[in-house]
Amino acid sequence: MNTASVSLGASVSSQSRLMQLVLAALLGLFVVGFVGFSHIDAVHNAAHDYRHSMAFPCH
Amino acid sequence: MNLFRNVVFIAAIAGLVAGVVLACMQAYATVPLILKAEVYEQAGGGHHHDHAAPAAAETNAMSSAVPAPAEAAAPAEDEGWAPADGFERFGFSVLANIVTGVGFALVLVAVSEFAGGIGNWRQGVFWGLAGFAVFTLAPGLGLPPELPAMPAADLMQRQIWWAATVVATSIGLGLIAFRRSPPLTILAVLLIIAPHVIGAPQPDSFETPIPEGLHHQFVVAVTLTNLVFWLVLGAAVGVVRGRFTGTAGSLRDSFA
Repeated sequence: MNTASVSLGASVSSQSRLMQLVLAALLGLFVVGFVGFSHIDAVHNAAHDYRHSMAFPCH
Repeated sequence: MNLFRNVVFIAAIAGLVAGVVLACMQAYATVPLILKAEVYEQAGGGHHHDHAAPAAAETNAMSSAVPAPAEAAAPAEDEGWAPADGFERFGFSVLANIVTGVGFALVLVAVSEFAGGIGNWRQGVFWGLAGFAVFTLAPGLGLPPELPAMPAADLMQRQIWWAATVVATSIGLGLIAFRRSPPLTILAVLLIIAPHVIGAPQPDSFETPIPEGLHHQFVVAVTLTNLVFWLVLGAAVGVVRGRFTGTAGSLRDSFA
């Protein structure tokens, strides 16, 4: 399965690579967390149907 | 920050595609069931936020003339701004789908890059299956998709259990897939099982006005729409990344 030989940022050092990937993953988790898990009423109401449809804990 | 920029670029396109697909599926499969459940919810009297006063809520209809008891008089739906039913509500659902589609795509692309990246659509489908198992299947076992007006335990506790289950399952699947050692595989199985042995937070009472059949239909609809979402997301990442690295080869990843 892991036959991909081309990497997305071949020239970056391994430490910088780790940092950037972790940063990207954290950004993604933050976005999902804000839309799907935030306790702010307006955010909850706006994404209400979405939260139910994703089986996120709701109400 | 070349790599970061490339990851965001791929995630944005793949997340947009998968988010739009998911929004379309939800409009036909899950949202009608939610609307049906809200009819039962309104008939039963507001959200079941507090399980203490279920029956009293019958009295807080529109009649302001009748002085109701203090608890019942508090409007059950006093929850701040909400989109108007119809187009506005649908629009915000689509927006939520696209935004979180990009969010999930960021996680998927970033994590898969550690394992060499998703090279083509077929690898993407397998990564999508993993995402489905981690974000839908595992938490859904303990906390099945719920309709409005269904009883549930404390929100914070459920969110903590949900997040912990996602973390444990993803680490477990990662160990199984990328570490070829029997002890680590056993540890992985234990990690995947652990949240369910501990058990998800359950409500005090399972009493609900929602018919069993409606709920079952909803669980099936949610699970299948999420499965398709993750497969599309994984495949889209594979396709976009494939085109991207194809050109980046000549552009020495200065391209974004």
